Amino acid sequence: MTKTKKDVKLQQPKNQKYAGKAMTKGRYIRSQMKRNWVGYVMVAPFLIMFIAFTVVPVVLSILLSFTSFNMLQVPEWKGLDNYVQLFLADDLFITAFSNTMLFAITTGPASFILAFIVAWFINELSPRLRAFVTLIFYAPSISGTAYLVWGIFFKGDIYGYVNGWLLKMGMISEPIVFFKDVNYIVPLCIVVAIWTSLGTTFLSNIAGLQGVDRSLYEAGAIDGVKNRWQEAWYITLPSMRSILLFGAVLAITGAFGFGAIVDNLCGNPSTDYVAWTLQHHLVEYMGTRFEYGYASAIAVVLFAIMMGANALVQKFLSKVGE
Amino acid sequence: MAVKKLRVRGHRVVLNRSKGGDVGITVMLILLGALMFLPMWYLLIESVKPLGERNITPPLLYVMKPTAQNFIDLFSNINSTWVPISRYFFNTIIISVAATFGCLVFGSLTAYALSKIKFPGRVAMFKMIQWSLMISSTITGITNFFIFIWLDWLNTYWISIIPVWASTLGLYLMKQFIDANISDEMIEAARIDGAGELRIYWQIVMPLVKPAWLTLLVTTFQQVWNAGASGYVWSEQLKTFNSAIATISGVSAGAASAGSVVMMSVPIIIFIINQSKIVETMASSGMKD
Repeated sequence: MTKTKKDVKLQQPKNQKYAGKAMTKGRYIRSQMKRNWVGYVMVAPFLIMFIAFTVVPVVLSILLSFTSFNMLQVPEWKGLDNYVQLFLADDLFITAFSNTMLFAITTGPASFILAFIVAWFINELSPRLRAFVTLIFYAPSISGTAYLVWGIFFKGDIYGYVNGWLLKMGMISEPIVFFKDVNYIVPLCIVVAIWTSLGTTFLSNIAGLQGVDRSLYEAGAIDGVKNRWQEAWYITLPSMRSILLFGAVLAITGAFGFGAIVDNLCGNPSTDYVAWTLQHHLVEYMGTRFEYGYASAIAVVLFAIMMGANALVQKFLSKVGE
Repeated sequence: MAVKKLRVRGHRVVLNRSKGGDVGITVMLILLGALMFLPMWYLLIESVKPLGERNITPPLLYVMKPTAQNFIDLFSNINSTWVPISRYFFNTIIISVAATFGCLVFGSLTAYALSKIKFPGRVAMFKMIQWSLMISSTITGITNFFIFIWLDWLNTYWISIIPVWASTLGLYLMKQFIDANISDEMIEAARIDGAGELRIYWQIVMPLVKPAWLTLLVTTFQQVWNAGASGYVWSEQLKTFNSAIATISGVSAGAASAGSVVMMSVPIIIFIINQSKIVETMASSGMKD
């Protein structure tokens, strides 16, 4: 596999064409395009699907957010009206906005940190044990409906597990209807969300940790890394930066897309709209009221918030290990 | 500064590991693990709990007389569905396999090209993909619906399959692993030896990033499996096993728990099979150089 002189010579004729002429930037790019045409062929199928299902929808959404559109009539241009209404006249939107922020700020970092810490804890276990522990932590997120067991666990009558025990211990005199009580809905949903969140991030962290070069650790030990905490900070985290960024992205999309758990455990809408999120608001305007322009404006706001969160997290992660 | 003495065992430097840290981590793991597992355990015992034990208060965390009745209830209802259950099963297999396979192939192929073929425009394309990771299905949901109508894909298999192929997440994961684990020199050497790009991708890159695509396989399959009941498909003949189970498990609380266990078991089995393979590759590949 080593390069011999002969091989290098064989490579040369390709470039000779340009040898005599001065290499302008445009010509250089064109020659690179010609040489690497296979690259375009390889990315083409994906690129086409990506444009069709991501780029076009996003551009359309942004355009629609400036209009009023109900699918029956031609969209009517309304400028910034939708946004003005969202922030100044729609009280429920403000509720949804602050709830989404609350859910995101609690569940996002918690799931991100938990996914790393657990993966790091189990990294040095023997393969068999590691596989077993991975399964225990990953299982809750594996099934879309497994979290419904929390509904049985916290059932609102005396047959619910928590109520039964609280009653028996005399801490309450009558059962608490947990998922209908405004005091419990939000904290419980946050706990359930964190419980189900150790999914892809967790698995990619495990794979990433396994991929860290062991010789780096050995070199670190020689250079005076004293304990595993220093090792994690100076060696493991920096070598996993790309995987961590990936996890952060997942944590953000997960945390801001919060909604299905609330629907299935607390009903839709939740009592007094205490757990009403942007996701709910969007689906309400899209699915029930058919106001696609307004719904698009909500989607654009959600997108902007997520972009902002991502920029913040990236900035923070670039400081890791320094 | 005193030079620290290194402990070496079998030509490897023994890393600094304190006893206290080991114990602390083990205790934390057990506590966290118990918290994670308790609801799962509760789901499992709910699925084998006989009717008579359902009304004990406070409920027990174990079952005195385990029963398979809940599963029998669940599956006896299957025969009463209008569309034969084999049809649901067939749909699920088609959708999960096609979606997962396509996502793996397109994701890894594109990731390889973006990572190792230096064509102009690749940096811009990857930047765009990185930004688009933030775009969840919630955001594109409205306009994607119009696109599905325009393509006339409502109520077909396509709607459950093709969008998964365009998943940027898988591509991003693969690209990161290829960047981190395969050096440009190795690819260059293979090119000089006369290997074509497709061959390099298939014979050199894919085996080396096996942990990445096995992870992708597990998560994609799980996602497709759980997303079975798409709102855009309404023909009973095109629905998945997952949605059938969800419908028929409504007969009783016990059957619902049994249904959850059945639905969960398939991705878990796939996960276990893959996990052992992931471990194998990790141990034998010597990922770098």
